[in-house]
Amino acid sequence: MSTTTTASTTEAKLWGGGKSPFSVEYGKVMMWYFLMSDAFTFGAFLISYGTVRFSTNGWPDPNLVFKSFPFAPEGINAPLVFVSVMTFILIVSSVTMVLAVHAGHNMDKKGVVRNMIWTIIGGIAFLSCQAWEWNHLFHEGAWWGQNPFINADGTASSTNFTNFFFTITGFHGFHVFSGVVINIIMLIMTLTNQFEKRGHYNMIEKAGLYWHFVDLVWVFVFTCFYLL
Amino acid sequence: MSHTNDTHAEHGGGAIAEIKKVTIILSVLTIVELILGFWMIGMENKALVLGIKGAIVILMMAKAFYIVAYFMHLKHEVKNLIMTIVVPLSLFVWFIIAFLADGNSFRNLRNTYDAHFKEQSTIKVEQPAHGAAHGGGHEAAAEHGAAAAHADSTEQHTDSTSKHEEAKH
Repeated sequence: MSTTTTASTTEAKLWGGGKSPFSVEYGKVMMWYFLMSDAFTFGAFLISYGTVRFSTNGWPDPNLVFKSFPFAPEGINAPLVFVSVMTFILIVSSVTMVLAVHAGHNMDKKGVVRNMIWTIIGGIAFLSCQAWEWNHLFHEGAWWGQNPFINADGTASSTNFTNFFFTITGFHGFHVFSGVVINIIMLIMTLTNQFEKRGHYNMIEKAGLYWHFVDLVWVFVFTCFYLL
Repeated sequence: MSHTNDTHAEHGGGAIAEIKKVTIILSVLTIVELILGFWMIGMENKALVLGIKGAIVILMMAKAFYIVAYFMHLKHEVKNLIMTIVVPLSLFVWFIIAFLADGNSFRNLRNTYDAHFKEQSTIKVEQPAHGAAHGGGHEAAAEHGAAAAHADSTEQHTDSTSKHEEAKH
């Protein structure tokens, strides 16, 4: 008996309003749910890549495909080097994004501006690296529907390898591009004192969530295409 | 979870220390991944390669955890919010097992019953010259294309740049 009465009183309090069950604002919850749905899209892409790879006998060796470096001589054999640079650029830009969010919590406008600029530079640097790599691969004859790289075991390869590579890194690159655009908008809003007027920097947090997600997806894309 | 209510306490002096710690952890994990990747190059031992790949996947999951938990701050959110994100994503466990097993089974079936598929995946070809290969959409067409490229690959090696230009126009 006593339990039912306590239950009903707690219930009355919970449903009485004025309480934030997740204790975060609406926009942030919705950003999380958007990112979750986006994770399913990327997951579907990567799992289909894995399925096709598992259903084929041979597959090109990534160390023989991704071995070039900008400004290096044509025949250079430097596997994993350029992609490690790209990975570190994205990790560092993620760190500066966290620092921007942290500065926003302290209402430190200067800190937000400085770290947002670094994050945008990191994003543009990553996109430039990807543009160089795509351009280089294209000139080696790789594109959607054409694959000049033979399988690691010396047998003829199909175009699955390049199709998946360009589709998935392209989709990720598009996310990086939209992230850079969002970050530039956030920087302009900070510079025009929009957040000072509102009294909080919550928008930076939401943009930050998106930017970290882009970094998170790269962790998976990088591992699946370059390491495994 | 003791972390549910200290959301605001985390934004004090401890936050920068936490960011530094996570940055170092992510860098170290990436470097270990890369070392394993370099170690695998040209390795013949299939079982060891599989083991290293497994280790890389575990490191990848660790990196994902640190990014989501600390950079995206999910660890310091209310437990119910964490659950609404993590529980749906746990479907991936089933997706990955089901689809990879399906791909593997399809390969085994083709190797057993599709003599053409089996044969095509044992014929060795030479790496076609720079920019010479033009695979068709169909898998078999791509294989024939590569075989044709193999036939005149000696010529292409001599003047690969001009061949490349021709292929473009």
